[in-house]
Amino acid sequence: MLGNLVGVLFDGIAYGSLLFIISIGLSVTMGLMNFVNLAHGAFAMLGGYACVIMMSRLGVPFLVSLPIAFMVSAAAGIVLERLLYRRLYRATHLDQVLFSIGLVFMSIAATTYFFGSQQQPVQLPEFLRGQVHILGLDLGTYRIFLIAVVLAITLALTWLIERTRFGAEIRASVDNQQAAAGLGINVYRVFSLTFALGSGLAGLGGGLGIDPTFPLKYMVYFLLVVAVGGAGTIKGPLLAALILGVFDVAGKYYVPQIGSFVIYVVMVVMLLLFPHGLVGRRA
Amino acid sequence: MKRRNSSARRRFITSLAATAAAAAWSPRSAFAADPLRIGLILPLTGPFASTGRQIEAACRLYIARNGDTVAGRKVDLMVKDDTGLAPETTKRIAQEMVVQEHVAILAGFGLTPLAFATAPVATEAKVPMIVMAAATSVIPQRSPFIVRSGFTLPQVTAPMAEWAAKNKIKKVVTLVTDYGPGLDAEKTFVKRFAEGGGSVSDSLRTPLRSPDYAPFLQRVKDAKPDALFVFVPSGEGTAVLKQFAERGLRESGINLICTGDVLDDDLLDTIGQPALGIVSSHHYSAAHPSPENKAYVDGFMKANGGMRPNFHSVGGYDGMHLIYEAVKKTGGAADGEKIVAAMKGMAWTSPRGPMSIDPATRDVIQNVYIRKVESRDGHYWNVEFDKIDNVKDPGA
Repeated sequence: MLGNLVGVLFDGIAYGSLLFIISIGLSVTMGLMNFVNLAHGAFAMLGGYACVIMMSRLGVPFLVSLPIAFMVSAAAGIVLERLLYRRLYRATHLDQVLFSIGLVFMSIAATTYFFGSQQQPVQLPEFLRGQVHILGLDLGTYRIFLIAVVLAITLALTWLIERTRFGAEIRASVDNQQAAAGLGINVYRVFSLTFALGSGLAGLGGGLGIDPTFPLKYMVYFLLVVAVGGAGTIKGPLLAALILGVFDVAGKYYVPQIGSFVIYVVMVVMLLLFPHGLVGRRA
Repeated sequence: MKRRNSSARRRFITSLAATAAAAAWSPRSAFAADPLRIGLILPLTGPFASTGRQIEAACRLYIARNGDTVAGRKVDLMVKDDTGLAPETTKRIAQEMVVQEHVAILAGFGLTPLAFATAPVATEAKVPMIVMAAATSVIPQRSPFIVRSGFTLPQVTAPMAEWAAKNKIKKVVTLVTDYGPGLDAEKTFVKRFAEGGGSVSDSLRTPLRSPDYAPFLQRVKDAKPDALFVFVPSGEGTAVLKQFAERGLRESGINLICTGDVLDDDLLDTIGQPALGIVSSHHYSAAHPSPENKAYVDGFMKANGGMRPNFHSVGGYDGMHLIYEAVKKTGGAADGEKIVAAMKGMAWTSPRGPMSIDPATRDVIQNVYIRKVESRDGHYWNVEFDKIDNVKDPGA
């Protein structure tokens, strides 16, 4: 029984890590730039396809393809930000939502046209397959890898935003665009880079089993994480993703009859308790 | 001169009016020389696009191999995309095809709700409706004009349960997707397996959009059954089989058994290694050893850039066969009641093996095969090793 509990916790944390990777980029764009980008999943999908194509057609190793996926999504982020998103920074949230959901449908149609509707499986390298046995528990190697990636991302992002000059520029630009610009910060460049960062992080999350419906399939999950966690921080979505992941897995394991609803119940309870998200960003 | 001219004109106008009146009275009593219009409604975009692509390719292959005229009438295949998601769209397309395009026969139908929505149109217009893919038992009862050329889920599930019970599998956990067909599969499996003397210790249902099967599979692993029975929509099979292998369920002595939907021929190569050795039951495998099937698979792959035909494709191919043979029997007349009557009891050898249409239920009767995934020249195939002859739909 106790063994089960530890196993469930482990799977939950791993699942939460996956949720965190696909959501953190949204927290960056939504919280720091105040842009509701529903097309976040489309960037994740782009990264995913980049991964799959590099591995299956060009023979690039998995670990190398992940950073490239990040760069491909980030590059697409810069281009689209310059061409389209920039025009909507001052628009209402409804306009932003309509615009970005339109992008989602275009991305779905485009990928279906080029790659077909079937799932593109990601062939994991040998050392990430199977399980390792630690203290009588069977732990999936790939899940351990996911958790490690999340640790690395969290540390890197926290450092970037809290400790570097670029991080300070982001925070300044968000808090007061005019004052930041007056101090000589190139606000547009900062936003472009922030947007690219958010898109790139989405790309990392996409390299994990991908088909053209990905942006819609996961939309609920990443909105959930950002809503519960609070946009604009890193700790908030991390905490939210882990809590949601653990409760989702535990629910499905212990009470499979209602398992798929548990995650939504948790969301409702958390939103009642913390209407501004677990970790609110100071205004 | 003038008078003759005017009388000729009058005659012409009268005959025009007569034609128009005749057309108005019975829009489908077309002349034998008119084209035979078949309205094929399929999901060609959206999540079920693979089903539509397979069926369309198979129908076109049938026409290419059997000529585009039947009983003196040219076959005009009208293909429309219903995206597979909205029953009212499918119904509207069917109505337009019947009223404006005067199609003689409706065909296709990727999913059960789409077939349900269209059934009243077929009944009202007295147009035969060939259900090529949707697989719920009750579909043919919704209209006397429905004939099924695909399969039913209980029909292919029951043999799996019986085979498992006979092959030293005593305790099973079932894992199905929580939607109509999944519940049908679960119900049929549990009932038939119990009748065969086995016991189902747990029945798990996963949500339709489940990115992670880990908790369910962990539960299965801890329950230690002899086998896990799985039914999920074909695209989801990849994820389940991968996680089944990754979690080491096979090493802990649990066999995976499933219906052939999970091991869809179209996807089997992309599932790859984790599928190896898995036993399933289905009515069609691209590896079915017969000259008819060899010619079919070769022709299909050649015409479609190497795409392998799957179980939905034969629903389309045999549906076209039904239409051709029935129209031959009626001598080219496209009267709905006569066509359906001609289809009842029809029997032939399909690429999938021998099959027939039950005259009482208008549903398909066919062999169901037990297969095992093997690897041959770098590709994965469902190789048949046992069969149950002439399986009727057992009902849900």
